[in-house]
Amino acid sequence: MTDLSQPVSQPVSQPVSQPAAGAQTEDTATVPPPLWLLAELTYRCPLHCAFCYNPLDYTDHSRELSTAQWIDVLREARALGAVQLGFSGGEPLVRDDVEVLVEEAHKLGFYTNLITSGVGLTDQRLGDLKAAGLDHIQLSFQDSTQQLNDFLSSTRTFDLKQRVAASIKRHGFPMVVNCVLHRYNLPHVDKIIEMALAMGAEYLELANTQYYGWAHANEAQLMPTREQLEEAEAVVAHYRRTHGERCKIFFVVPDYFERRPKRCMNGWGAVFLGVAPDGVALPCHAARGLPGLTLPNVKETSLREIWYESDAFNRFRGLHWLKEPCRSCEEKERDLGGCRCQAYLLTGDAANADPVCDKSPFHETVVKVVQRAASASAAASVAREQPILFRNDANSRKLAAGAREPDVTVITGGSGAKP
Amino acid sequence: MNDVTRAGGATQAATPLTIARPFRLQWEPAQNAHVLLYPEGMVKLNQSAGEILKRCDGTRDMDTLIAELEQAFNTTGLGTEVRAFIADAHARGWLE
Repeated sequence: MTDLSQPVSQPVSQPVSQPAAGAQTEDTATVPPPLWLLAELTYRCPLHCAFCYNPLDYTDHSRELSTAQWIDVLREARALGAVQLGFSGGEPLVRDDVEVLVEEAHKLGFYTNLITSGVGLTDQRLGDLKAAGLDHIQLSFQDSTQQLNDFLSSTRTFDLKQRVAASIKRHGFPMVVNCVLHRYNLPHVDKIIEMALAMGAEYLELANTQYYGWAHANEAQLMPTREQLEEAEAVVAHYRRTHGERCKIFFVVPDYFERRPKRCMNGWGAVFLGVAPDGVALPCHAARGLPGLTLPNVKETSLREIWYESDAFNRFRGLHWLKEPCRSCEEKERDLGGCRCQAYLLTGDAANADPVCDKSPFHETVVKVVQRAASASAAASVAREQPILFRNDANSRKLAAGAREPDVTVITGGSGAKP
Repeated sequence: MNDVTRAGGATQAATPLTIARPFRLQWEPAQNAHVLLYPEGMVKLNQSAGEILKRCDGTRDMDTLIAELEQAFNTTGLGTEVRAFIADAHARGWLE
């Protein structure tokens, strides 16, 4: 979903694909309807993953929409044309109204996806979700080994996830297994695939970490080497040949290792509409981190107005906003200038070309990050000096407080745990 | 699904044609098209693909399907095209 789920997951997860729709090259013409609604029901989460794409200051936005408000969001989005719906978070299952929301969404004609860590997914809830019309479950893992899974999520959840996966299949749900990849688990990609096959997953998303949110704070520890990526890709290619019929495996190379950027969310304000736990509408999972963007809230503005009229959804829509070198680039319709969050984080201006592109004057910044990661000894020393920053309430409050005082440098101290 | 004349014969004679799980076919007014939905994804179908797949509901075999389409569109000789599309749809996992 791209995750749309995970930073996308995915993005997301894989975004809505439209092989039959033909090229979408229009700039101004008509704004297409949103197709993919991501309902981030809560920022609360029993896991504390070091690569979470939730905002660093999520504790500042903890007032959640009510069940009735979410039902209004579902109705409005469906009326606009949204058809894929992801329930995500945080961990959506910490709310006890997921079943009610799924039932409403199913009645409205959405294809409903639950994007979960599996924590809280009891047999009782699985049965109720099935009865409510849930179409699919995406279960996240952090690694194929208990040790690394539990370390990276700063919890003890591996055995539980194994049991949940079996229950999901017993209840007859199609299942996507999602695993976020980085330096620590790329060498285990064969084991991760074997695990997904053994669990009966129909799809496996090997989502390389996208470096914003918590992953950006932990970039030095998580960034893989080019060799690790190439080896993992070869393993994936092998399994696609031998097991491609049984399980469809997605593997997307992380942006930093490419010379051309990917389309941000398949086009800003073109497909994806996210709604955060507090009702803030998001053109991309990570849009909260972009300064100068006033994000509308579903509590004050209709979804129709948000999608078609709001400054936030129009700011980077189409091609009119592009600066050089994108404006005169013949490839601009392919990538639409790339990722706005990456542009902001690495160049200081969200309207710049994504510096992943080697035509960007800032491309050297990306090259340097990759080079730094290539030196294994350097990475080891980083890991010694700067422990991984786990996503938890205490760290979020510290970061949020630091961000409110621009002159104070936030010391990114984590729990101090080591892999 | 852009081009229904592609791909080879592979006839499933009297087997009823059915959309396979986890795919779901539905009409989307906002897109003015039939779409196939699956976990976190969607395929937007062109008109001929939509007309064929909406009849793959487990009640028709290949010959019935072709006859019905020819009647609905008041034409003949759709057999080759439809068989090719169905073979392609099978290969994509859309049909059981």
